[in-house]
Amino acid sequence: MIGYILKRLGLALLVALAVSAITFFLLRLSGDVALAIAGEGAQKEDLDLIRKTYGLDRPLVVQYVDWLWQTLQGDFGTSLYFKTDVSRLVLDKLPTTIILGFTALGFALLIAIPLGVLAAVYANSWIDRLALAIAVVGQALPNFFFALILVMVFSITLRWLPVSGSGTWLHFIMPTIALGYYVAPAFMRLIRAGMIEVLSADYIRTARAKGLPTHKVIFKHALRNAVVPVVALTAVQLGFLLGGSVVIETIFALDGLGYLAYQSITYKDFPVMQVIVLLLSILYVLLTLASDIANAWLDPRIRVA
Amino acid sequence: MSETILDVDGLSVDIATPRGALHAVRDISFSVKRGETLCLVGESGCGKSMTSLAIMDLLPKAATRTARRLTFADEDLGKASRKRVNALRGDRMAMIFQEPMTALNPAYTIGNQLVEAYRQHRNASEAEAREQAVHLLDKVGIASAAQRLGQYPHQLSGGLRQRVMIAMALMCGPDLLIADEPTTALDVTIQAQILRLLADLQRELGIAMVLITHDLGIVARIADRVAVMYAGQIVEEGPTASLFANPRHPYTQGLIDCIPVPGRTVPGGRLGTIPGVVPSLVGEIRGCSFRDRCSHARDICAATVPLKETADGHQWRCILENAV
Repeated sequence: MIGYILKRLGLALLVALAVSAITFFLLRLSGDVALAIAGEGAQKEDLDLIRKTYGLDRPLVVQYVDWLWQTLQGDFGTSLYFKTDVSRLVLDKLPTTIILGFTALGFALLIAIPLGVLAAVYANSWIDRLALAIAVVGQALPNFFFALILVMVFSITLRWLPVSGSGTWLHFIMPTIALGYYVAPAFMRLIRAGMIEVLSADYIRTARAKGLPTHKVIFKHALRNAVVPVVALTAVQLGFLLGGSVVIETIFALDGLGYLAYQSITYKDFPVMQVIVLLLSILYVLLTLASDIANAWLDPRIRVA
Repeated sequence: MSETILDVDGLSVDIATPRGALHAVRDISFSVKRGETLCLVGESGCGKSMTSLAIMDLLPKAATRTARRLTFADEDLGKASRKRVNALRGDRMAMIFQEPMTALNPAYTIGNQLVEAYRQHRNASEAEAREQAVHLLDKVGIASAAQRLGQYPHQLSGGLRQRVMIAMALMCGPDLLIADEPTTALDVTIQAQILRLLADLQRELGIAMVLITHDLGIVARIADRVAVMYAGQIVEEGPTASLFANPRHPYTQGLIDCIPVPGRTVPGGRLGTIPGVVPSLVGEIRGCSFRDRCSHARDICAATVPLKETADGHQWRCILENAV
């Protein structure tokens, strides 16, 4: 198990390295850093001077190695727009995004587990179809659109919740719902499929033959076995959550990493973008690893062996 | 000691299929008394398992159960609420399944699964239930029972798992034990051990047992009464000795001819076989369902088959006089 984890950590490092290289080159290809620094309409002489000062006239590979070396030493550079340390900037925004990620995941599971279980227990009934409809709407509706509907209903019509900002926990409610509903359908369908399979298993018949009440058969004997693949999906969905949070945080002006990513793209703030992408990719790989470990722990056949 | 535990009269199970209703069990009747072992015998697909699942109310959703009378210790199971059925299942009526490899939940320790029924029905504490579990694991011949409680099903062999299943079924001291081919999935050497264990426990605890099997060798050793099923019907039923010595139905005779008997079967000689396959059970079935495979069949076999009976309670369904 330890060897396995170490191997996976090594792989995570390689992935992070590859992602950093790809983002570095793609970002440089997408725009001129010197122009971003000097601003539109700068003189050619100024641009040349900036290129020389920041070493932008060197080959891209040399620049990348230089950046990587600094990054490894803990120097993430300075934001071109905010004029502060990138590390400071990112660390300030990270908690907001992590909180949103977990509340959205929690909300997604909160609706996906009961709906998935109900849909499986009453498969092919109207309950199943209703759950399917809820899932299809969640998957088909763009999350920014759903977010705007939420704003219209809860902020403008009912005036219950603030439209935007990130001061209090009230500001997290709509982003959580919008982002959670966006990832819930995948969980729901997986739980439904898993439960349908597990409910026809022999050990479910054994549990019923013992005279256990239905809720115990479903939640103790069936759900525990159906939930194993869900844990693996959680990592993938957390990736969606991180991506989705860029859109959702921007709509609600929630001051997190996603909103910062949006701002840095708008202002061509290359150092910030670079670090955010790197951070998100590392987070994603680590989450995948964590879900694999959780998976092993949930299935005693893997754990004990 | 002659109290009737299970009384089945006119039990039928129909399964909805795209081609129409499949009559898996057709109008069968039997009863089991306390301390008695009834063996249900027949080929795969003859409705043995469906019968047992129907009694335990564990039929799949597509199947429907009808019965003129289905009583457990004089209580009408047909009218019992789901709650009442749950109260009986695992407490006073228990079941052992064919596949010990899949009948235990892989996610929980066997201790966890053993104590469940006891805690459910006896309102017992965890400690009391574990004590009872150890006691029963001991009884079914599992060494170092206390340590076993912490093990997962995948850590046990098939034979051990079936012993665990038996212990699990006996946790609450049931009046009726239904064992659905409990040894089919096991090695031959283990089969004998498990059967002896079942027979010993049945005698010791005085429970009524319904043992489902397709192995007549087993039946001859442990059954008090035998019911032979064919195509969803009981074609012959009677006391074991009478049925083996004097089979009345050609199908029963065919089954008996399939078993080699030391001393009587010639070494290297051919064993009996029954040609043909079981008829489709979908749609209306008329006359004797065995007539397509029966060497004694005549035109009259297509007519309705009467139920015949001798004084010692030996019954059979064959229109011919002395076909065997």
